[in-house]
Amino acid sequence: MALENTQIQDKVTETFGESVMHFRQEKDIFTFEVSADKITSVILFLKNEETLNFHFLTDVCGIHYPDSNVNEQFAVVYHLHNWIENKRIRIKSFINGETPEIKTISNIFLSANWMERETYDFYGINFIGHPQLKRILNMDEMISFPMRKEFPLEDSGRTDKDDRFFGRTPSNC
Amino acid sequence: MSELLLPPEHRYAKIIKERLNEDGSELSILNLGPTHPATHGIFQNILLMDGERILDAEPTIGYIHRAFEKIAENRPFYQITPLTDRMNYCSSPINNMAWWMTLEKLLDIEVPKRAQYLRVIVMELARITDHIICNSILGVDTGAYTGFLYVFQFREKIYEIYEEICGARLTTNMGRLGGFERDWSPKAFELLNTFLEEFPACWKEFENLFERNRIFIDRTVNVGAISAESAMSYGFTGPNLRAAGVDYDVRVAEPYSSYEDFEFIVPVGKSGDTYDRFCVRNAEVWESLSIIRQALAKMPEGNEYHANVPDYYLPPKEDVYNNMEALIYHFKIVMGEVPVPVAEIYHAVEGGNGELGFYLITDGSRTPYRLHFRRPCFIYYQAYPEMIKGALLSDAIVILSSLNVIAGELDA
Amino acid sequence: MSNSNINIVEAPEGVSGEGFFATKLNDVVGLARANSMWPLPFATSCCGIEFMATMASHYDLARFGSERVSFSPRQADMLMVMGTISKKMAPILRQVYEQMAEPRWVIAVGACASSGGIFDTYSVLQGIDKVIPVDVYVPGCPPRPEQIVDGVMRLQELVKSESVRRRSSPEYQELLASYNIK
Repeated sequence: MALENTQIQDKVTETFGESVMHFRQEKDIFTFEVSADKITSVILFLKNEETLNFHFLTDVCGIHYPDSNVNEQFAVVYHLHNWIENKRIRIKSFINGETPEIKTISNIFLSANWMERETYDFYGINFIGHPQLKRILNMDEMISFPMRKEFPLEDSGRTDKDDRFFGRTPSNC
Repeated sequence: MSELLLPPEHRYAKIIKERLNEDGSELSILNLGPTHPATHGIFQNILLMDGERILDAEPTIGYIHRAFEKIAENRPFYQITPLTDRMNYCSSPINNMAWWMTLEKLLDIEVPKRAQYLRVIVMELARITDHIICNSILGVDTGAYTGFLYVFQFREKIYEIYEEICGARLTTNMGRLGGFERDWSPKAFELLNTFLEEFPACWKEFENLFERNRIFIDRTVNVGAISAESAMSYGFTGPNLRAAGVDYDVRVAEPYSSYEDFEFIVPVGKSGDTYDRFCVRNAEVWESLSIIRQALAKMPEGNEYHANVPDYYLPPKEDVYNNMEALIYHFKIVMGEVPVPVAEIYHAVEGGNGELGFYLITDGSRTPYRLHFRRPCFIYYQAYPEMIKGALLSDAIVILSSLNVIAGELDA
Repeated sequence: MSNSNINIVEAPEGVSGEGFFATKLNDVVGLARANSMWPLPFATSCCGIEFMATMASHYDLARFGSERVSFSPRQADMLMVMGTISKKMAPILRQVYEQMAEPRWVIAVGACASSGGIFDTYSVLQGIDKVIPVDVYVPGCPPRPEQIVDGVMRLQELVKSESVRRRSSPEYQELLASYNIK
């Protein structure tokens, strides 16, 4: 019998109650939200519970929502995959915009190590308990977190391109 | 050593100070990369060595970080394909098609069977080029330059097919939303058929050169082995995972672009060592060839090469100049006036190196709100220090090339 | 085996007589240098793959005297920078250039090395000429192997006509000083 959404929802709500919410089907992936303090236990539960068995971490990434209220300005998204039932789920966890932090899951999945470092590098989200949380793609000396929406794509220090010749103003690029 | 590459207060320096071998010899530090000729790409590894043996390794990546995800947030959807090209540049058509399929999933576009089959053919050709590069370079690293020179001729032949389809060799920027930008010319099919005739003999010879070769076996068997459990925990996918004995293949698990119509086996290895990775890739090339043949045989009649979605499919240039409707559609698409649903999509394909995923969040505007690439190389490269611990230095090079880490995909 | 279709470079202008040939030192040195350029491939990304094709059997860069790929900067004549150079990589590129012995030439292969290409971002160096002087730029993203070969041939032209004294001239010292290279 294939693993049904309702089955996952029942199991998870049974164990975590209020901490898991907003169950929904987004296109082809079942999605729900988890409050940030429960993320490790939810993922551990999903991995170890025999009927659920989400044993593969596909992806971890961050999202920035600068226009949301301050407690929901960052989201960390986890994609888990159960290869036996061939079922994917997506877990979202919203965190505070001023002190973005969430517990690490690198002790549950070894692959989370670099994915979390990348998320830290891009968004400055602090993964509590991560063994080596430092920048991975950018230079250590960098101070900004480039994927946050307020940082521009282009290097601000460049001198070779004069915006006037490209018809660009700060508002249209 | 230069302070630029290794800061003086490195933790390895302390280990060296504290530990002395029984015979009085010292440990040493070796800096491998970032531009070491043997590493095919720019990876830096600081190795702690006891003679020839590696005790510990510390990888540094990001030397060609190009900010794909940030660029993607600033580009309209159809301008993101050139970015995907440059991610895994050894098999760019797979990346292109994966991106178009993500968008088609977002917009619920049904692509005609014939276009799907054409896509399958080009994706399998790309897989062949990817594996040709990986396996022949593995040969170079174990001392056989001949194989590389020989099979690269056939890679050129695949590039000629690409050129016939889209005009470019390496960074193909192929396809459109809903299909291809033009139908494949008869010349493309002709080149493809010649390739299918000539290549198997070459690949057979290449296999014969290596598979029972004593030197090659000595260099690769039991080198860099990884167990299935630890490979899964490290997020391995693709040939590297299958070499460890797990038969996970996105083409089978979640068939896209009509892969369910074709019969092929998913080759698996046993021990997850370098030799198994080599053999799995070899076997996959044969399967790819068989898929291409099946696709050609089953190809539906007609010349349909794109879905009928004028809202999203860029019209041909001659129509834009001669036909008002086409001009309007062209304008609307290029200026981003076509509404896009607000949604979150994850679409995965079997790339050359494993599960290549696109996680796309749209907010209805002309650019993605967030586009995250699940890059297989980035995720499995973190197991590399673990795999080379206890190995010899020369093995480390062989393991790296057998993993087929593509720098562009690694650093995004 | 017949060697009949091997081309031999033409001798420079000079005066020849019975048993002697007189010409300028400049020309002879230029000729020798131009036809044995040892490349140092600094391949970082996509263009590096096209360089592999250039070196391989189909295009065969060895026909132009670049048979031996020198991976040691100390023994290389021409630095071929292929692919995107990020800001993290820039100091390393510069160090490699500094390690090369004079005379040294640089080819920027591809749009990224020449100008940053499509990657106009916070992390990418907008052209390697921000950190080291460049002799030949090869356009393309990536350039076809023919274009890379063409770039090498253009460099050969430059090398042929270069004065033996150029590297000690004040102009050249000034150029290096402008890049802060000693």
